[in-house]
Amino acid sequence: MTTGPILEVRDLAVSFATDEGVVQAVDGVSFDLRAGEVLAVVGESGCGKSVTAMTLLGLTRSPNARFAGTAHYGQTELIGASEEELRSVRGAEIAMVFQGAMAALNPVQRIGKQIAEQIQAHEDVSDADARDRSIALLERVGIPRARDRIDAYPFEFSGGMRQRVMIALALSCDPKVLIADEPTTALHVTIQAQILERFRELREQTNAALILVTHDLGVVAEIADRVAVMYAGRIVEHGTLDEIFYDPRHPYTWGLLGSIARVDKPRPARLPTIAGLPPSLAHRPTGCHLRPRCPHEFADCVKVPPLEARGPGAGDHTDRCWLPPESKVELREVAPGEIGLRPKEAVPATSTGGPGDA
Amino acid sequence: MARFVVRRLLAMIAVLFAISVVTFAIFNVIPNSDPAQRLAGRNQTPGQLEAIRRQWGFDQPVYVQYFRTMEKILTGDVVSYSNQIDVDREILQDIPRTFSLAIGAAIMWMSFAVAIGLYTAVKAGRLADRVLTVLALVGISMPVFWVGALMNYYLGFKWKIFPNGGYVPLTQDPLDWAYHLILPWTALSLLFIGVYSRVLRSNVLDTINDDYVRTARAKGLSERRVMLRHVLRNSLIPIVTLWGLDFAAVIGGGAILTETVFDLQGVGQYAAESVSQLDIPPVLTIVMFAAFFVVALNTIVDILYAALDPRIRLT
Repeated sequence: MTTGPILEVRDLAVSFATDEGVVQAVDGVSFDLRAGEVLAVVGESGCGKSVTAMTLLGLTRSPNARFAGTAHYGQTELIGASEEELRSVRGAEIAMVFQGAMAALNPVQRIGKQIAEQIQAHEDVSDADARDRSIALLERVGIPRARDRIDAYPFEFSGGMRQRVMIALALSCDPKVLIADEPTTALHVTIQAQILERFRELREQTNAALILVTHDLGVVAEIADRVAVMYAGRIVEHGTLDEIFYDPRHPYTWGLLGSIARVDKPRPARLPTIAGLPPSLAHRPTGCHLRPRCPHEFADCVKVPPLEARGPGAGDHTDRCWLPPESKVELREVAPGEIGLRPKEAVPATSTGGPGDA
Repeated sequence: MARFVVRRLLAMIAVLFAISVVTFAIFNVIPNSDPAQRLAGRNQTPGQLEAIRRQWGFDQPVYVQYFRTMEKILTGDVVSYSNQIDVDREILQDIPRTFSLAIGAAIMWMSFAVAIGLYTAVKAGRLADRVLTVLALVGISMPVFWVGALMNYYLGFKWKIFPNGGYVPLTQDPLDWAYHLILPWTALSLLFIGVYSRVLRSNVLDTINDDYVRTARAKGLSERRVMLRHVLRNSLIPIVTLWGLDFAAVIGGGAILTETVFDLQGVGQYAAESVSQLDIPPVLTIVMFAAFFVVALNTIVDILYAALDPRIRLT
């Protein structure tokens, strides 16, 4: 018997009522997560990846937020769950590592206390036992002299050490799912590598699943099993790591891959970028949201493309692009053997008509 | 820490010196403030005045007068010009009354302000928040002499629920002591509750959006624990400064109105009477006494600050 997904997210939608209108931050996001699997959610800032992660734990706490869709964790429905239900899941079953460890730890509470507090919130253990476990956790994430450092305050730690404390915190109750929101952003590359190593170990030791929210494709290539690419609140492409990196089917993914700085190629005069800006989530273009920025736009693009397997042999590799699958291999090539998104001007405009406020 | 305290003590001496000079100078330029007139009484003769001037040293240059007065204050020999009563004895008599008022009120206003500030922040935008916001503004806007007088009249004089002013020493009867002080405590606290609860509300609303509060929630802590251990603790830090300063001000005679309305015979009331009689020695002594408490409490607040927020180092 194969193990089913431990987390099933279906048609998750989050919108915020603002003065500028309804901001659709997350729009119909669906994915499965299996034990021991690393799912990377990638996309530009503001594409809804953090909100998706936050919403799974009920941490999107705006009175103006509206939620739709479901997220099954085992028997528990997370979307719309009571605080009581969420509390027993948070930290214990699904733990979160936040971005910006500088601010994510309480500045006036000792490190050890912050970890012990989480353990004691879920398990009936004595202060001394919680303390011993906290020390063991700090050692596990590679804090030297953990026994001495446990009574330190966050400001006495470096950024990398704080991020490791965040991870120790998240691991403290052996969660089944770890959600890491930009865990390595603003960290030195060597620290980044160490953090990723911790995640890898964790997965081997406890078979926990990891949702890695990031915009860093280098990190994704390092650790992910599957990748979901998000753009303007939607998943535009979803596949295995190899499928996304070697056979990307969505122009936005091409653009992302094309804009990575590579050390194995001669340095270009300018790093390629995707022309234009992501749309405001309050005024998204109709149809395919990438349409105004996409050089391959054509008549069909005014309709919303569903996220589905396209073309023969796609299997579980899904995307939201109307382009004929057989033409994509040619279209995505900006140079021999190199994937990227061509500049929009270079392509004759086939269809600029259609409704939309772009 | 030791260096910090020493530095503060030196600063305190400087502050006390500056304040005493300024106060002394002010009283020397106020018209009709000649102390000899006061000492001589109503039926004075020019000869008497002259004798008093010589006897008390008012014929000396101003700086000599200043140093002699200060010497008397510091050695405790200073007497009032209007009734020749020993100022220190008078102040010592008033201190328990002022302390009783100040300490009780400070505890009262802080407790209510924390409760109301936290509650309104949690209920921000809802009816309870709006009602309490209006009440806080009412509390801030009501002058203490008016509220105090109303309380005294209705609760004390008319309905006789509380005593109509006066003071009973704590050592004599603790219950009666508190009973006599409930109205003054309340009258004095209203303004502070209004201000503090508003400040705390906005602090809490700021803190509540901090990343570590989100972390605390993600840990699966109860809402109560998140609010008390993570939000309130961090929101209280700025309030503590206010508290220390206001408390010092109240002890140093800042509760003049409350003391007068409820006839508590405290330091503030003594100060008010002395000022109205242009009586320099008690005024100067009380000003020094007040300045001492402001500086001392400021130092204590800073030490408390470092305890509340370990990032702060005392230097």
